[in-house]
This record gives sequence, C-alpha cells and structure tokens, in this order.
Amino acid sequence: MASKVIHAYYNDDDVLMQAVKKVKAARHHIEEVYCPFPVHGLDKAMGLAPTRIAITSFMYGCLGLTVAIVMMNYIMIQDWPQDIGGKPSFSYIENMPAFMPIMFELTVFFAAHLMVITFYLRSRLWPFKKAENPDVRSTDDHFIMEIEVHGNETDLTALLKETGAVEINSLEK
Amino acid sequence: MYTFSNRLKIGSLILMALGLVGMGIGFVSAPSTVEEAKSMVAAHDDGHGGGHGEVTHEATGTAAHADDAHASDHDEHLLHQLQNRPWSATYVALFFFFMISLGVLAFYGVQRASQAGWSPMLFRVMEGITAWLVPGGVLLFVFLVLSVLHMNHLFVWMDAETVAHDELLQGKAGYLNPTFFLVRAAIYLGGWIAYREISRRLSLAQDAADDNSNFVKNFRWSAGFLVFYLVSESMMSWDWIMSLDPHWFSTLFGWYVFASMFVSGITVIAMVTIYLKSRGYLPDVNDSHIHDLAKFMFGISIFWTYLWFSQFMLIWYANIPEEVTYYVTRIENYSLPFWGMLVMNFAFPLLVLMNSDYKRLNWFVIMAGIVVLMGHYLDVYNMVMPATVGDQWYIGIPEIGAVLFFGGAFLFWVFRALTKAPLQPTRNPYIEESRQFHY
Repeated sequence: MASKVIHAYYNDDDVLMQAVKKVKAARHHIEEVYCPFPVHGLDKAMGLAPTRIAITSFMYGCLGLTVAIVMMNYIMIQDWPQDIGGKPSFSYIENMPAFMPIMFELTVFFAAHLMVITFYLRSRLWPFKKAENPDVRSTDDHFIMEIEVHGNETDLTALLKETGAVEINSLEK
Repeated sequence: MYTFSNRLKIGSLILMALGLVGMGIGFVSAPSTVEEAKSMVAAHDDGHGGGHGEVTHEATGTAAHADDAHASDHDEHLLHQLQNRPWSATYVALFFFFMISLGVLAFYGVQRASQAGWSPMLFRVMEGITAWLVPGGVLLFVFLVLSVLHMNHLFVWMDAETVAHDELLQGKAGYLNPTFFLVRAAIYLGGWIAYREISRRLSLAQDAADDNSNFVKNFRWSAGFLVFYLVSESMMSWDWIMSLDPHWFSTLFGWYVFASMFVSGITVIAMVTIYLKSRGYLPDVNDSHIHDLAKFMFGISIFWTYLWFSQFMLIWYANIPEEVTYYVTRIENYSLPFWGMLVMNFAFPLLVLMNSDYKRLNWFVIMAGIVVLMGHYLDVYNMVMPATVGDQWYIGIPEIGAVLFFGGAFLFWVFRALTKAPLQPTRNPYIEESRQFHY
C-alpha cells in the first residue's frame, strides 16, 4: 500500500533532537530517523519502546552456562574420566573449580555472540542486504526524519521548516 | 547545610552504648585460666551439641587420653583461642568500618584523578565518610600497639617464644618484627590521612576560589595518592590480615582486600546519599547518580568474586599443604560463613542488581547494600577469625557488640562531618555536568 511520507533533512544532531521533540509534541508520527551515528537519547525522544535485548542476553547467558556444564561433564567426567589436580574424585561438583573458567567463558561467549546475531536479525541486517536508508547523505553528515503524511502536508512542512530542516522532500512510498 | 538530626544522633549513641556493653561482656567473660576455658567448652557442648561443638569435644577427648604434656599444650591453646575471641571480634569490626572509609577514599581519589564528570555532586558525601579515617585509624593503631605489647595473641609472630621454635618465622623476621610493623602502620595511616585532609581542604577552598587552581592541585594530589595507595594498601593487607596466618601467603591478597573495601565503600556512599536525599538534602542528585553507584556495586561485587576465585582456584588446584590449609580450616570449621559469604557477595548482587531498572529504585539499592555489607563483614570475619580463635567461633555478644559500637561511632562521626560544609559543591568545574548527568 502506497503512503505519502515526508523526508526532512537536518545537519546537526542537537537540532535534530529538538526537532524530534517538537514534531512529537505536534502529534505527528515519526516513522524513522536515519542517522550517520547513534544519537544519545533519540530513542526516548521518539518514544520507542525500551529494548528487550538485555532479556535475550540473559537467556543466552543461561544457555551458555548450561552448555558449558553439560559439555565439561561429558568430556571430563563421563566419556573419559580425568584425574584433575591429583584429585581423582571423578565428580563434577568436586572438580567444579577447574571448570569454572569454562563456565564463565561460555556464558559470556553465548551471551555476546547470540545477542549480536539477534540484534542483526531484529534489525533486518544480513549479508548482501540492500541498504534501506533513502539517501546516501544519511551515512555522511545528514540526519533524515521520515514522517507519515495524513492530508496535512503544508502544515507539516511549515512545522519542519521551523524546526531547522535544511531540506524537505515529499514522496510516495 | 546539613543538620545532624537528633534521632540519628541519639540512635548512634545508643548503638555505641549497647556495643560497649556487648564488648565489655565479651572481655569480662573470656576465661583467664585453663580450667575455666575447659569448663566453658564443655558447657558449650552440652548447650549446643551438634555442629562445630562435636569437633571440639572430640579434640578435647583425644587430648585427655594423650600424655600430660600434650594435653596441657592443647588446653593452653584452647585458652588462648577463647581469650582471643573478644579481641578478634573488636578487630574485625574495627577493621571493617575502617576499610569502608578507606575504600571510599580510594573511590574518591579515582574520581578526582580521572576528572569524572558525573560524581562531583557526591564529593561532600564521600569526604564525610572518609572523615572516619582519622578516629578509625587512631583506634586501629592503638589496637596494633596493644597487640605488640602482648595484650592479646592475635599475631603469633609477635611472640618471641614462638619465633624461636619456628624457622619459617625466623626467616620472615626481617619484615615481620614488631618495630617495623608499627613503623609501616604509621606510614600507611599517615599517608592516607594526610591525603584525605589535603584533598578535603582543597575541595572546600575550590568553592571559595575564583579560579581552578585548587581543583588542579587536588587532581595532582589524587593521582599521587593513588600510586601510594596501591602499594600501601597491598602491604597493609599483608601486615594487618595476612600475617595472622604467618606461614600462609597469597600474592593477590592485597587486591582481594581492596575489592572488598572498594565495594563496601561504594555501597556506603550509595546508602548515605539515598538517606540524605530522603531527608530532602542533595536536591540535584538524581536517580542516574544512584544508578551509577549501583552499577559499581554490581561490577565490583563480581570483581571481588573474580579475585576470590582466582585465589581459591590456584590453591585448590596445586594442593600444596602449606597453602591449602588456609582453605581446609575455613571449609571444615567455617562452612556457613565461608559459603554464606559467597552467596551474599556474589550470587545475591549478581541476580538482584542485574536489572537496569532495579538499580534506580532507592529502597532496592538500600536492601541490596545491607546484604552486601553483611557479606563483606563476613569476609573480614573469615579472614581474621580462623587464624585467631580457630574452631571456637561464634557470632555472639562480643561480635555483635563490636559491630554496634564501631557502627555507631562511624555513623556519629560521618554525619557530624557532613554538617561541616554545604552538601553540594558549588565551584567544581564539572558541577554542571554532574547536575545534568543522566543515563
């Protein structure tokens, strides 16, 4: 379904932040903001829901810990019982100090890598993906705010001009 | 300006009075003869039965069957352990509150030297807590002098008779001898207190000045202090704690004690800040400041565990008798405080302070802080008690009394120091950044 959007260009992150607040205050829906770098506090100003990636990170960490415990138990205790540190107890719990570094490392490894992969998938980024940003200048020195238009285009354009936009384009999407 | 509320003042005085009574009971009820010590242990066994009582009973039984010389040796050892208990209880609490102050001083020094922008709003609170360094340091020094004068048997290497029969201690006598020990203690305490006083003076002068020269001077002093602190803190931990077990040594012990004092200190900063804020002071401290302090509590708790585990794992793996005895005595005789401390200092803060939102809830930080502080009290307890009272430990009237007394004195002194200057600095060059600070 085609809808009409306006692209407002800004060349300063502070101006952009102020503009986002004004546009939100005027009750327009900001579809997206394309930035050359992360702008601190922009997510809150746009009213985006808080990220849930921390929760996935915790779950991946628990998964990593479990994998480490099962793996070390199989390798060092079950499959080929090892005499660790001259203490042939052949029990996981009694040899746990030796496995602790592996448990820690795999927790971190799983949490970090799976979190990055989740982030890429959630952001719809994968190899050979075509860039979604509408203008190459958003990778250089311009910030682009994309706003949906619902029949009030002139008002909106005037408002955006007032907020310090350096260029305003309207297009069908 | 902060005014010391009467309720808090009376509360801290009551704590001190109660604590003094508890400590007094501890000292009066310590046995003075071998017979008393034996009857105390026997009575204790009848009263409690299981747990560590059984071990003692068995040990006493064995001694009775052995030859007379050995039995009397053993009984004398028991007497010394029981006599040590009120001293050790005092020492643990005294060191615990001193280390909170010292940890805050290190944190403050780091903030100064790194020219952190978020924290200047909390400098007066930190300076208030470090005020306890002076009375705490003096009391600690007096305690160490009394130990050197053989008022107690905490440090066995101070006993000439023991050293005469111990080649290892003779080898260490160049470092571990009473005179040098006190000289070192005076140097550490002198250095820390001097930095605290100089930095406090410059900090106050900065508010009255019309340029930043005091701020720059404070930065230089702080950088210098951190170098001195790293070396002196490590040596202090060998002297005051590790030498209680003079045969045992660990190369990262200084860091381990440091982590404990750092996290306790940061926790107390958070608690005092939240208290003052709840009383309507520190209007510009926002929940991002509390959030940052709670992040440090979380992070340093894990750092503490990392060091605890690094020390434990190497000794456990190598299993060398002279090293491993340290942990064997703790695991056998101190099972509850030893593992309980790990739960309180690691598992609890890890799970409770992990969530970002909880770190901004004041009551939540206070609750977590109380557990962390109790955990680090137990940490000091586990470092001191096994060497001085052996299996005759108990957290009873002497221990709680000492905590109440020094806790009350600490509160009194800290909050009295907070009344001496405005709670928010005005002319620190980063004060505006700190006021605007948000996460």
